[in-house]
Amino acid sequence: MASLPAIKQPSVIPGFGLTLGYTLFVLSVIVLLPLFALFAKASGLGFSGFWQVLSDHRVQSALRVSFGVSFLAAIFASLFGFVIAWVLTRYSFPGHRLMDAVVDLPFALPTAVAGIALASLYGSKGPIGSLLEAIGIKVAYTPVGIFVALVFIGLPFAVRTVQPLIAEIEREIEEASATLGASRLYSLVHIILPPLVPAMFTGFALAFARGIGEYGSVIFIAGNLPYVSEIAPLLIVIKLSEFDYSGACAIAVIMLAVSFACLLLINLIQAWSRRRFGHV
Amino acid sequence: MSETTAKSNVQEPAINSVVTESRGTRALLIGVAVFFLLIFLVVPLVTVFQQAFAKGVQAYFASFDDDDAQAAIKLTCIVAAIAVPFNLVFGIAASWAIAKFQFPGKSLLITLIDLPFSVSPVVSGLIFILVFGAQGLLAPLLNTFDVQIVFAVPGIVLATVFVTFPLIARQLIPLMEEQGNGDEEAALTLGASGFHAFRTVTLPNIKWGLLYGVLLCNARAMGEFGAVSVVSGHIRGLTDTIPLHVEILYNEYNFVAAFAVASLLTGLALVTLVIKAILTWRYSSELAAGAH
Repeated sequence: MASLPAIKQPSVIPGFGLTLGYTLFVLSVIVLLPLFALFAKASGLGFSGFWQVLSDHRVQSALRVSFGVSFLAAIFASLFGFVIAWVLTRYSFPGHRLMDAVVDLPFALPTAVAGIALASLYGSKGPIGSLLEAIGIKVAYTPVGIFVALVFIGLPFAVRTVQPLIAEIEREIEEASATLGASRLYSLVHIILPPLVPAMFTGFALAFARGIGEYGSVIFIAGNLPYVSEIAPLLIVIKLSEFDYSGACAIAVIMLAVSFACLLLINLIQAWSRRRFGHV
Repeated sequence: MSETTAKSNVQEPAINSVVTESRGTRALLIGVAVFFLLIFLVVPLVTVFQQAFAKGVQAYFASFDDDDAQAAIKLTCIVAAIAVPFNLVFGIAASWAIAKFQFPGKSLLITLIDLPFSVSPVVSGLIFILVFGAQGLLAPLLNTFDVQIVFAVPGIVLATVFVTFPLIARQLIPLMEEQGNGDEEAALTLGASGFHAFRTVTLPNIKWGLLYGVLLCNARAMGEFGAVSVVSGHIRGLTDTIPLHVEILYNEYNFVAAFAVASLLTGLALVTLVIKAILTWRYSSELAAGAH
């Protein structure tokens, strides 16, 4: 495109102006303008308006539940996600391919469907819920239920971020380590794990960020008791139904700020990891 | 999945190899991983169908013999029929601009395209109320022309487009970057027009990634719950999509009908996963890695 000679390097391939222009236009209308509306509304609140919303105990406990349970669920998903990624990449067993495909289920299954399935499984009359209740663990209508739903949602992020890196590990390095007399455990801790840790953190941050905002899979199993198992996204919905737009925006901005911080953290980890280990 | 992952599936280390764990450790880890996947993913999936057929095949099919259910299915199809092609055109344009050319600000652009992934579904609905709602940014304009966006079908479409926005672009960008510009440059040098080069050279190279992107986008568009729930207004028979209808039925304790309607979306998710598995297995090099 002759109109944009300065901003791109020369190329014989046509369509730069058209495709970039269209991309920027659609991005602005669909994504940037609506997000701008949120920040405009929130900045209209001012510091005192924000403080008023946040000083409400119900808002505080909803944020505490959302952040706290997401954090725990993301840790749990990262640890088991690592074991699953390791087993799927390194070992071969019957049903291997099926198990690998199943990992993506939470990406494709609608959250509301996951929500009602988990609620009926873990309810006090459900097959898993009744078993757990017999040993004194009540899942449905407690924060434990939120935890179960968020592990479901976070698991594919944890598995899929480490899996390609486990596949990339060069066997020669492990062989060298073993030949030089290292035990398998020593090789694992000192040779194999260090380059995987950044990816595990990325998986954790993705699962955590997703967990904070998750709505559909949580609300059916959580019971939504204010101060106990009410999550921040649900409180936004409640405030909207009461036409309290300021309250809804204040909570939304806090959730977005934490999500964006996670996104930034992921980018920093990946940049550091590229420099340190030479892979993405 | 990258090529290496697919290949590693068939790579069985020798039993006594120094680069694997002892037999017992391996069995234990496989056991833990499979148990975890079964309990957390497979059992909920089976539950959907088990509950849907709990009162027999007839009760299952009777669940669809209902005006509201049919209206919800129809609305969901309409929304997907608009949102998916929209994101398809965007995805192709964005990946062409990003993968084929070098320009400053590229990584910022990719980050901005990814933004909807880090926005809670509920907030994704909220922002459209702030733009198009009764007190929204564009309210005076909408009132002048007497157009209703939120609590109506256009709002549902917009929220769905927002939530599924990055999916196809995310699938295509790494794929087109990996393939480089050589093929297109050759076609153009031989006299092909830009569009002709895209259709006959680029498109065949990206078709499997594109297919998976479209399928995943469609599954997500039809299944979106949080964002659509906020902008829909829940007018039964008019602005209820399948997931919203599932919620209503479940809250009315009509479990067979709720799971029966939910089984449609579950079937769609399964088809999407099966096609992804086949594509990963057969065309792994043509299906670039993407976490979503």
